[in-house]
Amino acid sequence: MNRNSRRRYSSRAWLGLMYALTLLALIPLGLVLWFTIAKGLPSVVHPQFFFNAELPPCEPRCPAVSDAGVGHAIAGTAIMVGLASLMAIPVGILGGIYLAEYSIARWASWVRLACDVLVGTPSIAIGLFVYAFLVVPFHHFSGYSGAVALAVLMLPIVARTTEGAVSLIPNGLRESGLALGLPRWRVSLQLIMPAAAPGVITGALLAVARAGGETAPLLFTAFGAHILVLDPNQAMQALPMTVFRYALLPYKSLQAQAWGAALVLIIMVLAVNLVSRWVLRRQIALAGSL
Amino acid sequence: MGAAIETRPRAVIASQRLHDGFRTAVSVVASASPAILVLIILTLLQQAQPALHQFGVGFLWGSDWNPVTDSFGALPAIFGTIATSFIALVLAIPVGVAVALVLAEAGQTRIRGILGTGIELLAAIPSVVYGIWALYVLAPWIYLHIEVPISDHVTFIGWLGDPAVRGLFNAAIVLAVMILPTLSAISRDVIRAVPRGLKENAIALGATWWETNWRVILPSARAGIFGAVILALGRALGETIAVTMVIGNQYVIPHSIFQPAYTLASVIANEFNEATGTLYPAALVELGLVLILVTLVVNVFALILVRSTSREARLTS
Repeated sequence: MNRNSRRRYSSRAWLGLMYALTLLALIPLGLVLWFTIAKGLPSVVHPQFFFNAELPPCEPRCPAVSDAGVGHAIAGTAIMVGLASLMAIPVGILGGIYLAEYSIARWASWVRLACDVLVGTPSIAIGLFVYAFLVVPFHHFSGYSGAVALAVLMLPIVARTTEGAVSLIPNGLRESGLALGLPRWRVSLQLIMPAAAPGVITGALLAVARAGGETAPLLFTAFGAHILVLDPNQAMQALPMTVFRYALLPYKSLQAQAWGAALVLIIMVLAVNLVSRWVLRRQIALAGSL
Repeated sequence: MGAAIETRPRAVIASQRLHDGFRTAVSVVASASPAILVLIILTLLQQAQPALHQFGVGFLWGSDWNPVTDSFGALPAIFGTIATSFIALVLAIPVGVAVALVLAEAGQTRIRGILGTGIELLAAIPSVVYGIWALYVLAPWIYLHIEVPISDHVTFIGWLGDPAVRGLFNAAIVLAVMILPTLSAISRDVIRAVPRGLKENAIALGATWWETNWRVILPSARAGIFGAVILALGRALGETIAVTMVIGNQYVIPHSIFQPAYTLASVIANEFNEATGTLYPAALVELGLVLILVTLVVNVFALILVRSTSREARLTS
């Protein structure tokens, strides 16, 4: 074998190794999906799963099969993520517009750095912060404080994805708006935003999915509840907290509930991701056509 | 000349003023992120005051954690955090860079698209779902098929002995899976930002695919990939829930990597709600303060690295 063919074969072998490692990286995805479906499905198909709240504490003898459901956790997650979205999405979008439209401003680079650092901030620290800020002064855990913690988590994601979507819009659109005599704010809000909308929606959806799956910031803020709570001024349960608490309990029936809740979480997160990818593809096609 | 005469139409002046108002408004709203960041650090500093006052710097290397005698030290938690993150990085770096190379430089667009979607979904799975999977599926499997054989055959290395179902090594494996998407997505972007000319020159000189990537592309993307690694380290240091579920929660420096341990984040997650008195919660907040300051430094360093390489790449291409 001469030197050149040895080089070619070795290149092919390395390429094969790279592919093999990529497949290795995807094995956990398949395993997580498979086990969550296999172990969660029997609980989810139970008619009470989406309605009944957790049974009252039953130690030391819990029933082998319980009627406990996660309806209260789903309601809590929906309420808190909804409130967090109301806070984080408008602020995040305006922040993103600032970052994209005034990107050369010195302050913008600081804001950008702060957003990126905030994305990487441990969510448990955000939980501690909101605890000191909203739980201690009011003397009780609440859905509101949980929502604020989730909003802190969502804000930088929304801002950075909005920035990305707005900067995808070609300058020609901006310039033609200005040439027609439109003021900058109308160009930004009425011309650029509609064109960037799919990308902005994608960012908001991803932030919602991320917030819906977070446990750590809720532990000291929303705290959790055994019953259905619709008033955000009280302690509330959330789906990820249900998975966390039930999974660590020694009762088979509650562990099964945890797997069911995990399946609901995964379906929610995957659905949001697939929808947002579809929206994003339209955005890129749209930006290309402008 | 006399006073400047305003010649612009009234409407233009009005819109200009509105524009400046708009710019001010959005810049104020945008300042929410830096403001929150500063507020988080100040709040934690203030909440940790009693512990900071009581223990001083010695908190960092004290190894006691006893709420009854009010004696607290962070060393075991710091050790667990660094050890799990380090093992996770060692495992994730080769795989993550391989994934980045495949996503940036190999094969057909279609296949890359499918693989890329898979990696993104890996990033989207909530921490707690990784946690329950690791607790009931991954950790028992690793215990039986990796930890027990290793400790049986490698009896002469102490820190590879005494396997346990929940322990530091299992937590590190879950962490490796969880930081892999961050590592590979950012490395991919950095590799893509390498000027095309370099690659084309290498190919024109007769380099094979591997020679091009190993000798030309990876070396010029080195700083950015290092940044991606450091960013992934930041994620690993702060990861809470999945680690809490499998690390075994023992506040000690374990004698073997298979033994139970604790991390900064998981001590807080497990104990903060039960912490009473003044010193105990303050000590937990101080752990949080250590965690957030370390991740802050790590993240800023990583972001500077990643940005400098991609900006350079843009300038030179």
